[in-house]
Amino acid sequence: MSNKMHIKLNVNGKAEEFLAEPRELLIYTLRERLNITGPHIGCETSHCGACTVTIDGKSVKSCTMFAAQADGKEITTIEGIGGPDDLHPLQEAFKEHHGLQCGYCTPGMITRATKLLEENPTPTEEEIRFGMAGNICRCTGYQNIVKSIQAAASEMNAAKEAAE
Amino acid sequence: MKDEITREERVDNLKGMGCSRKRVEDARFTQGKGNYVDDVKLDGMLFGDFVRSPYAHARITNIDIAAALEVPGVLAVLTAADLEPLGLHWMPTLAGDKQMVLADGKVLFQGQEVAYVVAEDRYAAADGIEAVVVDYEELPVIVDPFKSLQSDVILREDTVDENGKATDGAHGPRKHPNHIFTWEAGDKAPTEEVIANADVVAEEEMYYHRTHPCPLETCGCVASMDKVNGKLTLWGTFQAPHAIRTIVSLISGIEEHNIRVISPDIGGGFGNKVGAYPGYVCSVVASIVTGKPVKWIEDRMDNLMTTAFARDYWMKGKISATPEGKITGLHCHVTADHGGFDACADPTKFPAGFMNICTGSYDIPTAYLAVDGVYTNKAPGGVSYRCSFRVTEAVYFIERMIEVLAIKLNMDAAELRRINFIKKEQFPYTAALGWEYDSGDYHTAWDKALKAVDYDGLRAEQAQRVADFKAGKTRKLMGIGLSFFTEIVGAGPVKNCDILGLGMFDSCEIRIHPTGSAIARLGTISQGQGHATTFAQILASEIGLPADSITIEEGDTDTAPYGLGTYGSRSTPVAGAATAMAGRKIRAKAQMIAAYLLEVHDNDVEFDVDRFVVKGAPEKFKTMKEIAFAAYNQAIPGIEPGLEAVSYYDPPNMTYPFGAYICVMDIDVDTGVPDIRRFYALDDCGTRINPMIIEGQVHGGLTEALAVALGQEIAYDEMGNCKTGTLMDFFLPTAWEVPNYETDYTVTPSPHHPIGAKGVGESPHVGGVPCFSNAVQDAFRAFGNTHTNMPHDHWRIWKTANELGLHD
Repeated sequence: MSNKMHIKLNVNGKAEEFLAEPRELLIYTLRERLNITGPHIGCETSHCGACTVTIDGKSVKSCTMFAAQADGKEITTIEGIGGPDDLHPLQEAFKEHHGLQCGYCTPGMITRATKLLEENPTPTEEEIRFGMAGNICRCTGYQNIVKSIQAAASEMNAAKEAAE
Repeated sequence: MKDEITREERVDNLKGMGCSRKRVEDARFTQGKGNYVDDVKLDGMLFGDFVRSPYAHARITNIDIAAALEVPGVLAVLTAADLEPLGLHWMPTLAGDKQMVLADGKVLFQGQEVAYVVAEDRYAAADGIEAVVVDYEELPVIVDPFKSLQSDVILREDTVDENGKATDGAHGPRKHPNHIFTWEAGDKAPTEEVIANADVVAEEEMYYHRTHPCPLETCGCVASMDKVNGKLTLWGTFQAPHAIRTIVSLISGIEEHNIRVISPDIGGGFGNKVGAYPGYVCSVVASIVTGKPVKWIEDRMDNLMTTAFARDYWMKGKISATPEGKITGLHCHVTADHGGFDACADPTKFPAGFMNICTGSYDIPTAYLAVDGVYTNKAPGGVSYRCSFRVTEAVYFIERMIEVLAIKLNMDAAELRRINFIKKEQFPYTAALGWEYDSGDYHTAWDKALKAVDYDGLRAEQAQRVADFKAGKTRKLMGIGLSFFTEIVGAGPVKNCDILGLGMFDSCEIRIHPTGSAIARLGTISQGQGHATTFAQILASEIGLPADSITIEEGDTDTAPYGLGTYGSRSTPVAGAATAMAGRKIRAKAQMIAAYLLEVHDNDVEFDVDRFVVKGAPEKFKTMKEIAFAAYNQAIPGIEPGLEAVSYYDPPNMTYPFGAYICVMDIDVDTGVPDIRRFYALDDCGTRINPMIIEGQVHGGLTEALAVALGQEIAYDEMGNCKTGTLMDFFLPTAWEVPNYETDYTVTPSPHHPIGAKGVGESPHVGGVPCFSNAVQDAFRAFGNTHTNMPHDHWRIWKTANELGLHD
């Protein structure tokens, strides 16, 4: 089609440049065009949060944002949060505290939690539950997700104190 | 040779049964490296999607695909006319009925598949769908099963003969063309007689509303027909990959050895992914037609509106008792709304599943159950949403009937349960409706639960609250929800359980590698329960190799032994048993190898944690690691090289997990908002394999129970429009609505299961729904409430309060 748009993104530190139709959704760009399959599709209506990514420092549901709207922005997905050699404390904590079962919500859940802890490094349980309410999990009942986030927060705060 | 570590350390090193081993699955999931079906990408892969009916009941007079074929990127559009020459325009359901793959002249529910558009990508497919023109002629819509049985509108033309008379269905004669079956259990006349002559009889009608399992990942598949070697590979969200392979072979005519079905990681299933759906058939056909791989993935609306609803049971009960509260009889009639096709996923001989577990945990001498299945203009399905076949319905029914009887008797509902429980010494116990309960100790569990929550204290607090409410000091009522459930899971014995003629056994194959590590392949498949972690623990304890050295592989029919999959909490009771039995075969051979190496008779060595030792001389031993190597490098007279085993396990009986749940809730009478203050869950799932995973299952199952009891439903209007097709309308609880749960346990091992395990994944859902519901209803008991239907959303709770005059 002739109406394609020229889009530049920075995804997980890597510059990406392509032509896309204006209607192309960001989750489609990530999953189909860039083969970044950590973010998942659960509802396509912004309710479930399986597609959560970070865009210029804010948690965004990539299923209801056009790629064109993300033009020029920095995007972080679960793949950019930590890998086999540099796991993020949240990734460690989710494993340690059984914060996941089927794993489908997990990338979005952890991605959201990284922002939650940046915004509020010492959240109460209530603040965690409120701050994570945009991400649905069908398996865990959230109890161990809350526990994982609390544990990661303690770990990160202890590491920060040790560094200071 | 001196042992350097203690026996206790050797046990710990295995990470076998009973320890909270961390999950081996989690590394890839936490790093975004799961491999779900939508992550499967093949060269030249196309995308298929459906044109769906906007009407619930209509005749199709024309389908014009010409414009769609002109849309850039669209390669083909399939309709029933294309499938008919292949005999694929209809397909068999798991319930003995048949179902349209693509609309054959008419549609029976909103969202029904009418045409399948194959395109280069999702956007082109969506454009193609827009361009297909379908002419519909609307027909009268029936969404009420009672009206359906009275109507002269015949929904299915294949249910009547040429004279318009109802033909026989798969489960016997029809009473009406829109009637599917009547299924009975127990003794009708004696039950009616007992109830007619009883001192006390309580009656209630209750509707267990239609809902949906709604896993976070929807259903989907990728079909790839390789025309060069004649092989079809089908990736999909299948809870039963082998059964899918057999079904695909039977309906497509492709020989089964030329079909490879792969279930990759599954993003939750909860029953949604047991059935066979039109998307699978159309994708296979499209791949054959185009010669390219074809992917089909439901969107959320497709998922909620078309694949696999659950429940929708209209239940009418009578329960009789002595004035002291001893139950004498139970009568249950169900009108079951199955939608446009009977696509329930139940064992063949059980069209209403195991609804005949509805006598619950109680010693009820006489009982009768009848279920009538009915067609309506709603989506087909009738799957077991996080429960064994219809067990949620059964447990909800009896746990509500107990409460209603307690009100009638003016008795405490906890005490009424206690005096009617089947006693420990009565097991194995044959219930009035036929099942033989394998084991149980209900009184111990109940007492532990009541004590844990200080039940008497709670009742005193509740009485004070009622007094305060009446005195105008508070607008909040307090509800105490009780539930004691017995499940029936682990289907099941091949003698009475099959699906499409396939016996419901399961399997495990183990190969021990020379260096003392192993791979085990199972016929079941994980949908998030952590099989790779727990089945390795079973094996570690059985064969004495560390769980960390055992790979568990499932879901590839080319490599895994045949099995019937994961649902009805059957993985641990059936595949888990197969795993233990295959492990024991390994151990038997290892014993002979050990005896040879130690130069003693086979009977002179015995297994000890991770080794065989010479009896009476524990310093003489061979570790399983040494034995594994010997199996590959020694020429042992009379013993074949290698160390492998396979077991197909046909369970002698079901397993009967049970539990005691108590919920404490405050309800704001003016807003209808319930606040769950406390939830205590005691589960007895027999031998506990991994306590951490059990607790996780309980948290998750309770949360799905909370959803169903307090708001989640699939609702239709009179025109058959589905009103709950998105997550805006269909309630999935978030972290904000969900409480913390207290978990507890007793252990009553199953006497017939090799390791005594019973299964736990579904218990919290089965027991949780009546517990939440009973809490809501109990809050209003003091004001005259006996029963209100779920889901207890804020509006319905407010309405109950209003109708009881609490806003006056």
